[in-house]
Amino acid sequence: MEIKRTIKLESDRVPGFGRDLMKVPGCEKLEGCIQCGTCSGVCPLSIYMDYTPRQVMALARADFKNEVLRSHTIWLCASCYACTVECPQEIRITDIMYELKQRALREGVYVRRFPIPVLAREFSEMVRKHGRITELVLVIRLFLKTDWLGALGNWRLGLDLMRTGRFTLWTERIRHKGDVDRMLAAIDAGNGKHP
Amino acid sequence: MKLAYFPGCSLKGLGRAYEESLLPVMKHLGVELVELDDWNCCGATAYMAVDEVKACVLAARNLALAEKTGQQQLMAPCAACYLVLNKAKHYFHDYPAIKKTMDHALAAIGLKYDGDTAVRHPLDVLLTDVGLEAVRQKVVRPLKGLKVAPYYGCQIVRPYATFDDQYNPTAMDKLLEALGATVVRYPLKTKCCGGSLTGTVPAAGMRMVYILLNEARKRGADCLATVCPLCQFNLDAYHAKVASQYGPVRVPTVYFTQLMGLAFGLPEKELGLNRSAIRLDWRPEPVPTPASKEAVTA
Ligand code: SF4
Ligand code: SF4
Repeated sequence: MEIKRTIKLESDRVPGFGRDLMKVPGCEKLEGCIQCGTCSGVCPLSIYMDYTPRQVMALARADFKNEVLRSHTIWLCASCYACTVECPQEIRITDIMYELKQRALREGVYVRRFPIPVLAREFSEMVRKHGRITELVLVIRLFLKTDWLGALGNWRLGLDLMRTGRFTLWTERIRHKGDVDRMLAAIDAGNGKHP
Repeated sequence: MKLAYFPGCSLKGLGRAYEESLLPVMKHLGVELVELDDWNCCGATAYMAVDEVKACVLAARNLALAEKTGQQQLMAPCAACYLVLNKAKHYFHDYPAIKKTMDHALAAIGLKYDGDTAVRHPLDVLLTDVGLEAVRQKVVRPLKGLKVAPYYGCQIVRPYATFDDQYNPTAMDKLLEALGATVVRYPLKTKCCGGSLTGTVPAAGMRMVYILLNEARKRGADCLATVCPLCQFNLDAYHAKVASQYGPVRVPTVYFTQLMGLAFGLPEKELGLNRSAIRLDWRPEPVPTPASKEAVTA
């Protein structure tokens, strides 16, 4: 039997993390969380999460950076906004989850081979290159990077898509291809940081 | 009435039946849609996870393009596009620092956004501008006897509810009734379909799809009506997988625009009904022709 510490220590905190998070647009109201648990109650995915949304709010506010950035919770969040419209303190939980995902990606601490962060990256890469998304190309790239055996398991889905004329690998792109790149470059150039 | 039209990537891909049915239905009602020239991906939920400000900038290019055409209104039928475009507009007005970044990035490609373009969902346009009475007048084949579960999903009413209630939206209920259909009470109408989790975390995704389909089945629905290409895909494409785990829950899922097309008597091949894996076989009574009317009275 493996004995694990179940209580967090003061030394696990990364002081300033919570303060910094609450400066981000959309995350300001986290301070006021009363730990009522409404968010966890309405969240359709909380039963699969390692920390419930309520716990993530408490941990993030209390500077437990590593716990929240490494959690499965942020990647299971489907951005359905059910929690956000119910929170009695008007905390924009969905936007906080978005911010935590961004930080996990930036710091490279997300769970490896977990397909969702890979999807997010592949998606943004495709938008940067083509300006548009071709869904099936995206899905195929995702499977190749994470679980190509899983892709084989979906052969029936592929057949259905072909039968109904929805299977296309023709890449959609915009005419002014440089536009997206130039906009993103302009943001990066604007002092290397944006708000 | 004339609006700029933002199809989004899905309506050109997996969700093409939505566009195929939306265009003739809107035309039939006298709503002219002009596809936004050279629109780009809105960023959806995936880009928001990578960089929220960049996602807003991507969306803003479309808002700026729409403004440039002189159209004050932009129709976005996909729920994710609708949300992201709205969110970009909100951030533009609410956060001066983000507005500055948007201005700066748009200037780099010679565009400018003033913050005016209104983002409209087809349901909003149908109820607010076209009006249910005008819809009713176009119905030649009432959907009599068809029981429909109205499924809105999450992102058209949350979190920026503008035209409907965010807890209990009813716009589509009213529309379906105007078409002559029977609307089934469906309390899960705004519950999340799982989004891309059906692909990335199938254990969670399949269960969410099962719950939605099973509830519709239990309530006697002949079909579900959706307003979002991802909802339609999730509820349509995974029947085999869901059935193998939970048992059969065979209920077809169609776009509300497909049902409108059927009720308006538009040619079926224009409505993309054969694009579903689980097809809706039900059809309304045929349009009475002068000949068949005579036969009835004779
Ligand atoms: S619903 Fe709001 S106040 Fe309640 S626990 Fe969740 S974030 Fe905190
Ligand atoms: S937005 Fe995310 S955390 Fe909130 S209810 Fe939906 S899935 Fe759960």
